[in-house]
Formats: sequence, structure tokens, C-alpha cells
Amino acid sequence: MFLNPATTVPHNPLTETQLAKHRPMLFRYALLQLRDIELADDVVQETLLAAWQAPGVFEGKATLRTWLIGILKHKIADHWRRSAREIISADLDQIDTCDDEADEDDFFLIDGHWNGGLGSWSDPEAALKQQEFWSIYETCQNNLPPKMANVFMLRELVGLEAEEVCRESGLSEANYWVTMHRARLRLRECLEIRWFNTKEKHHA
Amino acid sequence: MRNCRDISFLVSKGLDKELKLNERFAVSLHMLMCKRCRNFQSQSEFISNTSHRYTEQLQNRLKKKSSSNNF
Repeated sequence: MFLNPATTVPHNPLTETQLAKHRPMLFRYALLQLRDIELADDVVQETLLAAWQAPGVFEGKATLRTWLIGILKHKIADHWRRSAREIISADLDQIDTCDDEADEDDFFLIDGHWNGGLGSWSDPEAALKQQEFWSIYETCQNNLPPKMANVFMLRELVGLEAEEVCRESGLSEANYWVTMHRARLRLRECLEIRWFNTKEKHHA
Repeated sequence: MRNCRDISFLVSKGLDKELKLNERFAVSLHMLMCKRCRNFQSQSEFISNTSHRYTEQLQNRLKKKSSSNNF
């Protein structure tokens, strides 16, 4: 992609180096949504170019990263509009206000003790080498309620800071901690049931 | 006295942010006597590490898929 000097403004506050630093994070975000390496590369490139050509738009209201993600989201939405596959793109922006409030209580008894489960897992590191484990991990991640999945993804997969995730997803800090706790409880249980408790099968 | 629900909440929070001294103390005290919370801690750490590697793993899988499609 070539930059036309006429379209850029000389006193741009953002340097290419500043922007390039965020490329890996943007790429992870784009890849998770588009699931296509080339396409993800392209939209990230477009995003960085747009950011570079937009002086004064970023005024430190958000962090640079959340501003860039905002641009990236538009680029991804443009892509889905072009290819008319909006169903998938809606996933991450979906706001479900009624996240299952009560589900946490399945994990604990009234007195706050564990409600079963939580045996030890033998050799979890070995699982990472198995393709089948990764597809189960993916299923478990996809089974989280959409908003919870989005928060978990922004923090753990994309690598945003907790404060950035809150800003991005509109959660209060307190709700953020609760959401992450629930996401981990669910993922843990799902992996236990679908993988670690059926391990003999995988090694047979 | 904090129960397993509170402790696992702190364990989860501790994966994102350094806990306060009194919180860390409560967690380690509880861990001495609760195997399930110890398991929750190590398993949550494992899940965190796994999730950090997920995009890289996805990328490899997609690369494999596209190269096999080329044949």
C-alpha cells in the first residue's frame, strides 16, 4: 500500500513507530474476528494508515489502543458489509444486558464452598500439544455468553489492560472482576468435563 | 473468614492485577487447607496461558489449512 503525500497532513502527532507498536494487538483482534490471516493483515494495514492520516482525531480521550480498535472495528464491519456476512461480525459487538446473573451460584454452595468438581488435572501441558485439545478449548470459549466471551477475549487473547477492557466494553471495574471470575469458572469446568475427565479416551 | 467463592474471586483477580497485602495473605492462608482452591489456582493459570497462545495456534491452523487447500 502506498501513501500519497498529498493526503497526509505534515504535523501528524502519531509516528509510524508509535502505531507499529500496536500492530500485533490489532492483528490478534482482527484474526479472531475474521479468521483469515491475509484479510486480518489487510484490515490492520488499513487501520494503521487511517490512524496515521487522521491527525487531531485522537486527542487522548481514549488510550491510543482503544482508539485504534475503534477504527479497526469499523474496517472489519466494512469488510462484512462488503461480503454480506454480517451475522458473524455481530458476535463481538453484541450487547446482552441480561448476562446470566445467577449462573455463578451453580459453582458454589450457599455457604460459598465449591459445589463439587475441581479434581487435579494430570499433565495439562501435554494437552497443549494435541490438536483435539485446542478445538475443545475453542468450543469452551465459544460457549461463554457473548458479552463475557468478549471481555475475556479482549483481556486474554487481544491483550488489553483491564482498564482498557472496561472502557471498550462499558463495564465498571467491579463488574469486570466478576465477569472475568465467571469466565474462568466456566472455562475451567468446561475443560474439566470435556477434556480432563475424559483423558483416558484421548490417550487410548 | 473468607470462603472458596471469595478466594477464587481473588485468585482470578490476582491473575490480572497485584492483590493487596491482606488479600494475598487471606489467599495463601486459605490455600494451606483447601485443595480445591489450589486446583482452581493452578488451573486458572493454565487457562490464562492457554488463552495467550490461542491466537498463535489459530494462525498456525489457518496457515496449514490454506496450504493444504493449495494442493
